Amino acid sequence: MSQIELHGITKRFGDHRAVDRIDLAIARGGMTVFVGPSGCGKTTLLRLIAGLEDPDEGRLLIDDEDMTGTAPAQRGLAMVFQSYALYPHMTVRANIGFALKLAGMARPEIDARVERVAAMLHLTPYLDRRPAALSGGQRQRVAIGRAVVREPRAFLFDEPLSNLDAALRGRMRVELRRLQQELGTTAIYVTHDQAEAMTMADRIVVFRDGRIEQAGRPLELYHRPANRFVAGFIGSPAMNFLAGPRAATFGAAEIAIRPEDLTVAAEGWSGTVTVVEHLGAESYVHLVLEDGAPLVLRSRPGEEPANGAKLRVAPVAAKVHRFGSDGLALG
Amino acid sequence: MKRGAAHRIVLTALAWAAALAVAFPLLWTFITSFKPELEAVAFPPRLTGVDWTLENYRTVLDEGGYARSALNSVVIAGASTLAAMALAIPAAWAMAFAPTPRTRGLLLWMLSTKMLPPVGVLMPIYLIYRDAGLLDTRAGVILLLALGNLPVLVWMLYTHFREVPGEVLEAARLDGASVVQELTQVLLPLALPGLASAFLLIFTLGWNEAFWTLNLTSTEAAPLTAFMATFSSPQGLFFGRLSAASILSILPIVAIGWFCQRQLVRGLTFGAVK
Repeated sequence: MSQIELHGITKRFGDHRAVDRIDLAIARGGMTVFVGPSGCGKTTLLRLIAGLEDPDEGRLLIDDEDMTGTAPAQRGLAMVFQSYALYPHMTVRANIGFALKLAGMARPEIDARVERVAAMLHLTPYLDRRPAALSGGQRQRVAIGRAVVREPRAFLFDEPLSNLDAALRGRMRVELRRLQQELGTTAIYVTHDQAEAMTMADRIVVFRDGRIEQAGRPLELYHRPANRFVAGFIGSPAMNFLAGPRAATFGAAEIAIRPEDLTVAAEGWSGTVTVVEHLGAESYVHLVLEDGAPLVLRSRPGEEPANGAKLRVAPVAAKVHRFGSDGLALG
Repeated sequence: MKRGAAHRIVLTALAWAAALAVAFPLLWTFITSFKPELEAVAFPPRLTGVDWTLENYRTVLDEGGYARSALNSVVIAGASTLAAMALAIPAAWAMAFAPTPRTRGLLLWMLSTKMLPPVGVLMPIYLIYRDAGLLDTRAGVILLLALGNLPVLVWMLYTHFREVPGEVLEAARLDGASVVQELTQVLLPLALPGLASAFLLIFTLGWNEAFWTLNLTSTEAAPLTAFMATFSSPQGLFFGRLSAASILSILPIVAIGWFCQRQLVRGLTFGAVK
């Protein structure tokens, strides 16, 4: 079932544990997304899997084979880098075919495979150009083509879309996801963008400080965050956190409520509207409660209160997330 | 628009003046080499009414030694540069892409060896070379120049390699490139302008080397720098012949420089604009 297994993988840089005793099994054929704030160890873990870094402790299995100390090329993995890392002195054709050439494949077969991949990625007209003569999106597709042509055991994506503009990024997300599902190849995708993680993942792994905070299906993480960190990280706008007596009434040290789970009510917490964000399909109303605590609630367009209006809000009781003083979710 | 044109004329004039000032000694040597000896030492020097002649060149070439010295210069400068390159490329590659906390210190230490005046180690090296039978041999000079220029070369290549994004090399590693393939098929083609300018600089340094060649060679391995020195002879200075010999000595290097100037300029400004 699982294709890539990590057992107690640790990587230190000096005294800092960038990756701290990670145990993880990555399912065959799925898209697993590593997400977390910068410096959380997600990229380091990807590089450890690729073989570009060696772990200080732990074991890495790929298809039940111990690959802990194996050279990157022998692991059968293909990586797409954030910077694309194309070979600037080679044409698109040579870039995509480089791995096959190194593997000693015959020229006609290389050409056939390169052209098949180029057609799949709409790169055929650019095959004889060099990377410098391509747009950002085209370079991105060459980088993907270079990974796809090898028919690897798994793809490793290191923030591959972060250098693209927002519109193109949205399109490429869908295209990449479609491609991965068509090929049925296992993929690990690293991003710091939780929205990207939510849209692309079969399974999300949330990292912080070199450790896994929670792993699960996107909606599992959204609806049942295991702790305060995951609750705050997944979802946009972020959850509303409230502590003190308001949390105490729910029997928790702290509670968290999503903006869509707050409603205007006759009985509830009173506050003043400071900003209304109109996004078209929905609006977000920013409030300040009497004790200064900020709150965001979602409102249907046309029903938003005016700036400066005073209103009372209450959470949908069943949707309140409760956390103990240690930050862990309470049953 | 008009001010822009005037500005350009002034800049062009300044550039020409600077170029002329730099090239003047060369130009003067070139002119003198075609004058008879008497004209060559005449003061004030004349540019008109001179009985231009090729006599100086004929004398220099007839006296012999030029051909052998020229060959020695090519072999010594070429071989010492290639040997230094062979050592410096892997060294600079390791330092640029797998740095350790000590890399910086190591580079500075290597460079510090160039601060030592060569004359300080002349005696020990001379004695070692005498006992090892390396005096007046090409191999001896090549060895010394290759090692002597190594620090500068490693430093230059290190700087050029640092311009190459490490992820490109990592991509090659994942694509299945061996260490040698990573170097020859990815890093070196990418650093080619830098390699070319480093090669030219070290080649020129080897070509110009006079201190060691004068002290360690006499006839068999004497390159053009040593050949030139023989013209300040007991019979006195012959400016015409000296000039002709100078022109003949720098001719090959000027030709190479001319040929490679585009690469050279690209190499020296590599990374400055991007």
